[in-house]
Amino acid sequence: MRGMRNHSLALGTLFVSILFAIMLISLVYTPHPPNEMNVRERLQAPSARHLLGTDNFGRDVLSRVMFGSQTAFQVGAVSVAIGLAGGFLIGTLAGYAGRWIDELLMRAMDALLAFPGILLALLLVSVTKPSLFQTMVAIGILAIPSFARVIRAGVMQHKEADYVKAARGLGAGNANLIFVQIVPNIASAIVTTAALNFSTAILIEAALSYLGLGVQPPDPSWGRMLNEAQSYLTKSPWFALAPGVMITLSVLGFNLLGDGLRDLRDKSN
Amino acid sequence: MGMTEEAAIGADTPLLDIRDLRIQFRRGSGPPLPVLDGVSLTVNRGETVGIVGESGSGKSVLSLSILGLLPGGMHIGGGEIWYDGRHPLHRMSGREIRALRGKEIAMIFQDPMSSLNPGLAVGDQVTETLRLHLGYSRREAKEHAIRLLRKVGLPRPESLFGEYPHQLSGGMRQRVMIAIAVSCNPGLLIADEPTTALDVTIQAQILDLMRTIREEDGTSILLISHDISVIADMCDRVLVMYAGQILESGTIDDVFERPLHPYTAGLLRSIPTPAKKNSPLDSIEGRVPAPHERSAGCPFASRCPHAVERCRTEMPELVAYRGNHAARCFLAETEGAHRHAAV
Amino acid sequence: MRPSDPLVELRNITKTYAGPMSRFKRRTLRAVDGISLTIRQGETLGLVGESGCGKSTTGQISARLIAPSGGRLIYRGEDITDAGDGARSRALRRRIQYVFQDPYASLNPRFTIGRLLGEPLAIHRMAGRKERHARVAEMLETIGLDASHARRYPHELSGGQRQRIGIARALILNPEFVVLDEPVSALDVSVQAQILNLLRKLQRDFALTYLFISHDLNVIYYMSDRVAVMYLGKIVETADVDTLYSRPLHPYTQALMSFVPSDDLRPKREKIILRGDLPNPLDIPAGCPFQTRCAHVHGRCLAEAPELKEAGPGHSVSCHLYS
Repeated sequence: MRGMRNHSLALGTLFVSILFAIMLISLVYTPHPPNEMNVRERLQAPSARHLLGTDNFGRDVLSRVMFGSQTAFQVGAVSVAIGLAGGFLIGTLAGYAGRWIDELLMRAMDALLAFPGILLALLLVSVTKPSLFQTMVAIGILAIPSFARVIRAGVMQHKEADYVKAARGLGAGNANLIFVQIVPNIASAIVTTAALNFSTAILIEAALSYLGLGVQPPDPSWGRMLNEAQSYLTKSPWFALAPGVMITLSVLGFNLLGDGLRDLRDKSN
Repeated sequence: MGMTEEAAIGADTPLLDIRDLRIQFRRGSGPPLPVLDGVSLTVNRGETVGIVGESGSGKSVLSLSILGLLPGGMHIGGGEIWYDGRHPLHRMSGREIRALRGKEIAMIFQDPMSSLNPGLAVGDQVTETLRLHLGYSRREAKEHAIRLLRKVGLPRPESLFGEYPHQLSGGMRQRVMIAIAVSCNPGLLIADEPTTALDVTIQAQILDLMRTIREEDGTSILLISHDISVIADMCDRVLVMYAGQILESGTIDDVFERPLHPYTAGLLRSIPTPAKKNSPLDSIEGRVPAPHERSAGCPFASRCPHAVERCRTEMPELVAYRGNHAARCFLAETEGAHRHAAV
Repeated sequence: MRPSDPLVELRNITKTYAGPMSRFKRRTLRAVDGISLTIRQGETLGLVGESGCGKSTTGQISARLIAPSGGRLIYRGEDITDAGDGARSRALRRRIQYVFQDPYASLNPRFTIGRLLGEPLAIHRMAGRKERHARVAEMLETIGLDASHARRYPHELSGGQRQRIGIARALILNPEFVVLDEPVSALDVSVQAQILNLLRKLQRDFALTYLFISHDLNVIYYMSDRVAVMYLGKIVETADVDTLYSRPLHPYTQALMSFVPSDDLRPKREKIILRGDLPNPLDIPAGCPFQTRCAHVHGRCLAEAPELKEAGPGHSVSCHLYS
């Protein structure tokens, strides 16, 4: 594109697309069944048959890593969805109604934000049996404050704009004003926040799974693969490298995407 | 027009002499855009010259270029700016121009709130100029400043000295701006839309103040405005600008009562004066072309009711007719100065 | 409504805002301080005044964008002050419309022109999609734009074009009464003339009644049948336009009129230059609001606020010099 110096956007889109492609492929094909154990072939270095080697149970690392991307995307998507839904509700209410409702809701958001993310997630998953579902819900709740803030700011800014007054003067009701008039004007801010939260979600899931409190076996997760690979770090480094690199690329990709989208929006303003 | 290095300095040397000034805007890609396309004007001692134009005419850029205040990306691409016959402003260094700014040439702007420092007391801003250019001591400067504040009609100047811009009204802030501008008794005052942001009763006060200063101190004024009645009220001569060029110039009477250029005539016709009450206003079709939309030929051709083919391909020259009444128009050329575009 | 009744009536409308705290007392901002206006069907009432006089607030109250703090708003003989937000309110919104001053800010930047114009019809469920399309195309032509403009976005249009869209949007519901708040102030003089011509033509073609708000005395003269002059939230004089401009009674009006250029564009010789500044609307003095700048101020002016009283046929003034 002529004049496109938005490297963040380009790189971010590239990384995310590659990951997405890997995830899609893994839905129908992986070189080996990801959970198939073959003790005789354990801890093999990368070869023609196992492009990324095998783990301590003889499972193909490449296949497990590919499969793990499904978990990553699933957790990311669902938790962002929860965060967006909750954040939209709270942000719109606070921004539109204002006054004490705004105060109340925003103090609640501040309280939520005051906890370090991982600790809060740990707290939430440890009160019940850890599972994929718990993980997604916990991370989703964590994402609510950032969406709420962004949406509230946007709503407050646009609420007083002349074009909203004009629509009200034409007889538009509150629902129309919020959803039809204001939301399209804050959509790009929401998308940026979503991208950034996606990367946080992947990171937190990896951490939880590493600690054994997230996704449970036999479901594959990059975080747990890291945990399993810990003991073999010196003898079979590829075993840890693969999921580590995937986590890094995913988080980097979504962060770059988020930054790139924000730059795009700032420039067009 | 000859490009002499130094004009002979005499009593009738113009105070400000701008010759064929070209200003360009450097874009990221592509050739630079013309903002001013060969503008010449003079201001003689004791004269008040007006520049009238709509948005996109380049009149503000012209005023900023005199004191080297062009925004980033814009630069002088050609031409000369002479002050008092011996200061070539177009090629003076930053340091040399700074010595003139505020002392010989002063400028006041449209929005006094953004031109005054919100964090400094009003008095300090007046004394700053006095101490910088005239070397006054702190005490001398304060006394002089209070006299200046009184001179521009501000009430209670002693207490106003310590107040901040946001505590003053728009009219008062503009008076402070004028006080700062005239503090060192400049030869030339450039006023860029000085009353546009003010209410009409305050506008009248400010223009009256400027007239007083002109009479008492003999300051020459270059007044830029889109408001024709302000120009008609204050100025001796006027230049009409459009899309980076001067289309007509002359005395107030000549230009506003016997306009030669169809644009000037169209502009005058659009003003809703009381006599036009019962009929539709004659308006000018279309809109001002943006810098990247300008083409060869007369910039007004696309909107001119009298345009012929030649107007679109060839640029007319600014030709002087009877007594310094000049117009840049082929129609005026062919019909001579006998034609008045009907108002 | 009888034929002789006014279309719109404002009775003693006030609007106050809570101002900033000052030494433990909350000052109130009386933006509009008891004004009464009548507007007859088919006429244009000009409302003129300087910043802080409350003319914009009055306009927005008249168009029901803001609720008044006191007073009554009468439309076609019916009291609509408390019409609220329901069905009755929506019916009123079809009849009373408002054009904003700033053509940039009053159009949703994310909507196409076609959508912006069709929206009023959609909100009031007045036409299906196809019919909306047709109405929008028709309206674009009426205001002098091409039907292809429906696909464009506001930022692609010029200021004059955007203002035309703002006007078109107000008119697409076929209102009776339109409040125009400084509709040409943000435009260049040559474009201003185009818009004023358009407004007059539309008024004739659609039998509209206008409340035309402006600070520009020339534009007010051109557009209005009658004029009301506001100062610090009060009406100081009303008259038909010729009388007001040639025989102003109130000292403030006299000062304003002295700045109106005569036909050769030079102001009249006898300019009245008021002393002093526009007072702060938070600190309006007791008595006549104009006392701080009036050349004829005397004792009674400081103590007693004058009432709007008739001084001639159709000519009312609020000044102790005439009572």
